[in-house]
Amino acid sequence: MKYLEEFGDPTLAGHILADIHATASQPWTIMEVCGGQTNAILRNGIDQLLPPTLELVHGPGCPVCVTPLELIDRALAIAAIPGTIFCSFGDMLRVPGSDGDLFAVRAAGADVRVVYSPLDALTVAEANPDAEVVFFAVGFETTAPANALAVREAQRRGIHNFSVLVSHVLVPPALRSILESPDCRIDGFLAAGHVCTVMGLEEYESLAHTHGVPIVVTGFEPLDVLEGIRRTVHQLEEGRTEVENAYARAVRPEGNLAARQLVGEVFEVTDRQWRGLGPLPASGWRLTESYRSFDAESRFDVDRIEVDEDPRCRAGQVLLGLLRPNECEAFGDSCTPRHPLGAPMVSAEGACAAYHRYRRTEIGATR
Amino acid sequence: MSASWSCPLPLRDHRRITIGHGGGGLLGADLIEHLFLPAFGEAARDAQPLDAAVLDIDGPVAFTTDSYVVTPLEFPGGSIGELAVNGTVNDLVMAGARPVALSTAFVLEEGLELETLARIATAMGAAATAAGVGLVTGDTKVVDAGRGDGIYITTAGVGSIADGVDVRPARMTPGDRIVLSGPIGLHGMAVLSVREGVAFDTTMQSDTAPLHELVGSVQAAGIDVHTMRDLTRGGMAAGLCELAAQAGVGVVFNQDSVPIPEAVAAACNLFGLDPLEVANEGVFVCVVDGDSADSVVEILHGHQGGHHAAVIGEVTDQHPGIVVQRTRLGANRVIDRPMGEQLPRIC
Amino acid sequence: MCLGIPGEVLERYDDRGTAMGRVAFGSITKEVCLTLVDSVDVGEYVIVHAGVAITVLDEVTAAETIDLFEQMIEADQP
Repeated sequence: MKYLEEFGDPTLAGHILADIHATASQPWTIMEVCGGQTNAILRNGIDQLLPPTLELVHGPGCPVCVTPLELIDRALAIAAIPGTIFCSFGDMLRVPGSDGDLFAVRAAGADVRVVYSPLDALTVAEANPDAEVVFFAVGFETTAPANALAVREAQRRGIHNFSVLVSHVLVPPALRSILESPDCRIDGFLAAGHVCTVMGLEEYESLAHTHGVPIVVTGFEPLDVLEGIRRTVHQLEEGRTEVENAYARAVRPEGNLAARQLVGEVFEVTDRQWRGLGPLPASGWRLTESYRSFDAESRFDVDRIEVDEDPRCRAGQVLLGLLRPNECEAFGDSCTPRHPLGAPMVSAEGACAAYHRYRRTEIGATR
Repeated sequence: MSASWSCPLPLRDHRRITIGHGGGGLLGADLIEHLFLPAFGEAARDAQPLDAAVLDIDGPVAFTTDSYVVTPLEFPGGSIGELAVNGTVNDLVMAGARPVALSTAFVLEEGLELETLARIATAMGAAATAAGVGLVTGDTKVVDAGRGDGIYITTAGVGSIADGVDVRPARMTPGDRIVLSGPIGLHGMAVLSVREGVAFDTTMQSDTAPLHELVGSVQAAGIDVHTMRDLTRGGMAAGLCELAAQAGVGVVFNQDSVPIPEAVAAACNLFGLDPLEVANEGVFVCVVDGDSADSVVEILHGHQGGHHAAVIGEVTDQHPGIVVQRTRLGANRVIDRPMGEQLPRIC
Repeated sequence: MCLGIPGEVLERYDDRGTAMGRVAFGSITKEVCLTLVDSVDVGEYVIVHAGVAITVLDEVTAAETIDLFEQMIEADQP
C-alpha cells in the first residue's frame, strides 16, 4: 500500500540507523508519547537496533491505559442498564474496572457492541429507536473530531436516544506533568503524529521552550519512528530544543482547522483524572453547554461509583517513564495480559503489555 | 447433487424451521429424508437409519469433535457448512489420520429459512465428498427464535492412522525446518470485512479447504512429517506458539517469508489487527527434517491451496517454548499467543 | 494511540448533508467521512482514523522525505 511500504523499507531504515549510530555520542533518554509508536517500535524491534546508549521510554499516549477507573466503572454500570445498547471501540472491551470488564457485562446479558467509528454508533441509534444507545467516547485529540462529529450529527438529525460517555484527554498537559515531575529523566520527546495532524504544532512550541526539551512530531511507520529518533538525537547532541516536524506529509503547522473548529464547538477544556497519573488540570475535554444533553453521565444516574484500584499496580510510574514495566514487582507474575492488574497491561499498545508480548526472551534471560 | 435445491412437496407447508422440526416426530423425519439426505448426496451414501453408525476401521483410530459458530452464516469463499466439514477433516489430517467418517449435529434457530439450511447442507455434502469422508450419522435440535444465530453445527470425525505415522509435537527437533502451506489471514479477514461493511474484490475469500490431499501427497512421497498444525483460530501465532510450547523447543521464522495477501494486509492495517493472529481454515505448517523442507515445498506447489507454500523458519534449541520473528529490519520480535477475539481497534 | 491509515479517495458524495466518500486501502474499500478534509480531490490520499479522514497527505513532501532518506547514507560516508 502506498505510503506504508516505502516507509517500511529496510534499506532506508539502515541509512537512518547509520546516521543515528554515527551521531549519538552519549546516553539519552527519549520518550515516545504515543502507544501506537510504542507498538511500532516493539513490533519491528527498532529498540534492538539503536545504540545501547539510547533509551526509549514508553509514554502515556494510550487512551485505554489512562481512562480513569471511575469512568470504566461508570461505563460498566451504564452498559448493564436494561434497554441500553453500549457501543465502544474494540480497545476498551477488556479494560478491567473494579469488578470485571465490558466482556463480562456482555456475558451477563448486556447489549455491548464493538464499533469501528462513532458514526457507526449513531447508525445503531437510528436503527434502534426504542433503545438508549451510549457511545464510549474515549481518546486523545486525534479521536475527538470523529466523536464530536457523531454528537453534532445526532443533534442535527434529532437522534435523541444517542449519548456519549466522554473521557477525552489531551497530550500537552500530560507532557507538562511529566516534565514538571522532580524525577523526570526524559531528554527529548517523539510527539504523536496523528494528534498533531489535528491540533498542529503550536502547543508544543511553548513546552519545548519552557522546559528546554526537543520535541519531534513523529509518524508511525518504521522509517517515521527512526527519523523521529534521529532528529531528536541530532537536537540533543547539538544542544537545540526545538519543535521539529518529522511527519510533514500528514502534519501541517496549524493542524486541521476544520477539525479544530468542530472540536471547539462540541467540546470544552476540563480537568481530568488520568489513570496512573492522577488529576491533571485542564487536561481533557467535556461536552459544551449546547451539547450537554448528549452527555451519558448526566443522562444515566448510576449508583455512586466506588473506585477500587489494585495497590500492586504501579502504572503511574510506568506512564511517567520512571519505571520500566519489567521492573515492577507484579510484572509477568501477578500481572499478565491475561490477568491484568492495571490498564497498561491490557491494551496491545500499553507499555506493560507491549513489554510482555515482545520482550519475553530478553526478560527470561535476565531473570 | 446440484447446488440449487428446490423445496420438495413434504416440506412446503413450512418454508422455515419450526420448533416441531426438532421434536423427533414426522417433521424431523421429513427434514432428514427431504432436505439433509438429498443435500448431502453421495457423502451420505453410508448413512444408516440407526442411532449410531457402525464403522469398520483397522488399526489406530483418530477421533475428534468441533463446534462451528460463525456470523454471517455465508461469506465470500464458503459457509458454516464447509467450515464444519473441513475443520473436522483437518483436525483428523493434522493428527496424521486419513479421515473416514463424520457425524453432523445441528442446533437450528426457529425461523431459519429452509432454503438457507439446504444451501448449507449441500455445501457440507460437497465438502465431504471432496474430502472423501462419509456423513454417517447426525442429529437436529431446534431452539426458540432469538436463542441462536440461525445454525450451530457440531461435527465429530474418525480417521484411521497408517502404520508408522507419528506426528506428535515432541518430534520437533532443533535443525528441523518449518513449511507454511499457503497465504495467511484470508478466512478471518473475509468474515470480518463483511461484518464491518468493507468492500473487497475476489482476492479475499475464505480459504476453507480440506488439507488431506496436501498432507497425503507429502506423506506419499515418503517424507517423514515430524509434526503439523492447521492455523485456525488464533492464526499462525497461536499455531506456532502451541507447537513450541508442547515440544519444548524454540521456533524462529522470517517476517518476509510469510505470504500475506495484499487485501489481508490492508484490512489488518485498517482494523489494527495482526495478520499473524487472524484465523485461517485451509492453511497448515508442517515441520520436517532440514533436508526435506525444499521437497515439501515443491510437492505442495503442485496442489490447489499449496501454490504459495514456503519455508518460513526453523526449530532451534535457543529460547525453548518461545516463537521469535526476525523482522524485516533485522530485529527479533517475540510472538505471543493471541488473547482471544480479534476486535477492530482505533489505537 | 490513534491508528491512522492512508487511503486513496475514489469517490465523493453527500449523505444527508455530510461529505462522505469511498476510500481505497490497497485493494479494499470502505466508506469514510470526508467532512473534515473538504478540499480533498478524488485521487488524493487521506489519513483515516475511526472512520473519519483527518488530513490530506502531501505527496510532494512524502517524496522529499524518502529522497532525504536515500541521500542520507551518502552524506554519512566520508
